[in-house]
Amino acid sequence: MNRNAKFIAGGGVIAAALAYMIYAGVTQSAVYFITPSELRAAPVSGKAYRLGGIVVPGSVQWNPASLELAFTLSDGRGSVPVRHRGTPPDLFGEGRGAVVEGNWSREGHFTASLIMAKHSEDYKAPRGTSGAGYQDLIRTLEKDGSSR
Amino acid sequence: MTRALGWLATLGLIGGLVMGFGVAPREVTQGNVQRIMYLHVPTAWVAYLAFGIVFFASIGYLWTRSDAADRLARASAEAGVIFTGVTITAGSIWGKPTWGTWWTWDARLTSAAIMFVMYLGYLLLRGIIEEPEQAARYSAVLGIVAALDVPLVHFSVYWWRTLHQPPTVMKPGPVNMPPAILAALLVNVVAFTLLYTYFVVKRVNTLRREHEVLA
Repeated sequence: MNRNAKFIAGGGVIAAALAYMIYAGVTQSAVYFITPSELRAAPVSGKAYRLGGIVVPGSVQWNPASLELAFTLSDGRGSVPVRHRGTPPDLFGEGRGAVVEGNWSREGHFTASLIMAKHSEDYKAPRGTSGAGYQDLIRTLEKDGSSR
Repeated sequence: MTRALGWLATLGLIGGLVMGFGVAPREVTQGNVQRIMYLHVPTAWVAYLAFGIVFFASIGYLWTRSDAADRLARASAEAGVIFTGVTITAGSIWGKPTWGTWWTWDARLTSAAIMFVMYLGYLLLRGIIEEPEQAARYSAVLGIVAALDVPLVHFSVYWWRTLHQPPTVMKPGPVNMPPAILAALLVNVVAFTLLYTYFVVKRVNTLRREHEVLA
């Protein structure tokens, strides 16, 4: 292949990728997720949604043996019960933000196929240790290694 | 001079590693995976900077038709693409354990991916046109247009609902971050900025010599 043909082929791939991303961006990212009250306003069973809210404290039920996870997502005005089979990400927890992908089931709950934890922009240091980062790192690595 | 800059960047990066792994404490909520921030945030900042410089150098080129401005735009775009790639890769590796996914099409990630592809396209456009003056002119126009996406990337987390969290440091108002973590982050920001500057200076020199030999 000569130089020009290569550039034209490369350019075509990049233009196609860009067009797809803008399309995906406009149709999906503009409203990346809906909130529980928005879902409550017009639920369509079987339709795929991305739902975001705060995991209601005290609502998480987790069965490690069957990997069944149930919790409630809320936006303060409405709440939706969510069910999922699988392990949630590390940052998933009560009182924290989460975004789930799945669909609204006829039985009145949201069946999630993917759980994503929303991270806040706040960072915390462990109390009392301001400097001992390296020892701390080694210690946690050792601990992680022995527990597995 | 260039050599001194290179050593300064090296020292900064060593300092950044010591700060990131040795001095900064383990973050409470995320654990050690938070340390990816010391790579992700500085490279993202450098990508913004690099494409900002492409923007101004492109305007400068169209204004003055100076070859130096064109070479600066090209060198900065090349570095910017590399740093954007590192940002996206590091962010993806961080996203899997914290968010639970390598990638999602939220506004921040989508606009960042568009930025990456647009500047790849910019470099491709430079390569495709054989006539140097024409290549410089066309790419200057693209260098200005593509820069519109840069503020979009930064502000996407405010303008739309996203999975990506808003910035902690690059925003008005107080920074909710322990001093040791902030210090490690800032040392790395300085180090990667020096590294970028070194890359650009070195590349601009090479391009100038190439130009002199061909002329």
